[in-house]
Amino acid sequence: MAKLPAGTLYRGKVGMWSWVLHRITGVAIFFFLLVHILDTSLVRVDPEAYNSVMATYKTVIIGFGELGLVAAILFHAFNGVRIILIDFWRKGFKYQNLMFWIVVAIAFILFAGFAPRHLMHVFSYNH
Amino acid sequence: MEIVIETPNSPRKRKGANWEKYGWMYMRISGAVLIVLIFGHLIVNLWDKGVGAIDFAFVAGKWTNPFWQVWDVLMLWLAMIHGTNGMRTITNDYAEKEWVRKTLNVSLWVVCAALIILGTLVATTFDPCIDPNAVNYLPTVCK
Repeated sequence: MAKLPAGTLYRGKVGMWSWVLHRITGVAIFFFLLVHILDTSLVRVDPEAYNSVMATYKTVIIGFGELGLVAAILFHAFNGVRIILIDFWRKGFKYQNLMFWIVVAIAFILFAGFAPRHLMHVFSYNH
Repeated sequence: MEIVIETPNSPRKRKGANWEKYGWMYMRISGAVLIVLIFGHLIVNLWDKGVGAIDFAFVAGKWTNPFWQVWDVLMLWLAMIHGTNGMRTITNDYAEKEWVRKTLNVSLWVVCAALIILGTLVATTFDPCIDPNAVNYLPTVCK
């Protein structure tokens, strides 16, 4: 019989889902960071090699990937502020639910401002 | 076997530094600084002229200015340690076998150290005129 996982208790609601989203976005950003340090390191090897790798970042498919990256960064950044406020602000715990929706709203507004401009950059480059 | 339970309200005995507390503080302090550094990075690199404008000459234009070298190296150190410590939290949560947990955590910090050293060397020893023959790719300062 399969062994049951030990020690995790899921309580649902905003508190759990913000935690799940913080983890998922954090892992995604971490793996992008590893790749990003390696691709940037090519500037110390060969300008032509760096430019050819950067060309893949300018394709339409990766352009949409960059939208996902920016969305992940926006959520992780503002939810991080929410976590700091829960830990250090006296009323943080009381307003954690409301603050989650403020985080979602701020991230969404900034994303809505960024996405069209980024897609214009990507599609005008590929035109 | 006799089970000894300490008096619940007795203060915890600590040996040495409380690294988990420093890690907890680090995540919050570095996170706050990274918001400024990464948002600045995204505004200059993705928002301003767009991803299409990023090439060797673009990086050279930034890294001939010590301001951006310091910015990027600081961002590298803070983000790699923040990310690696976050990944360590996750492996501590989900790895059930002790040797798996230890192996994953050691691997994380080895990768972290390697990328921090690599990135720091790249940003601090950067040479905008690295290959004089690649005229088409070099910034104007080298022509």
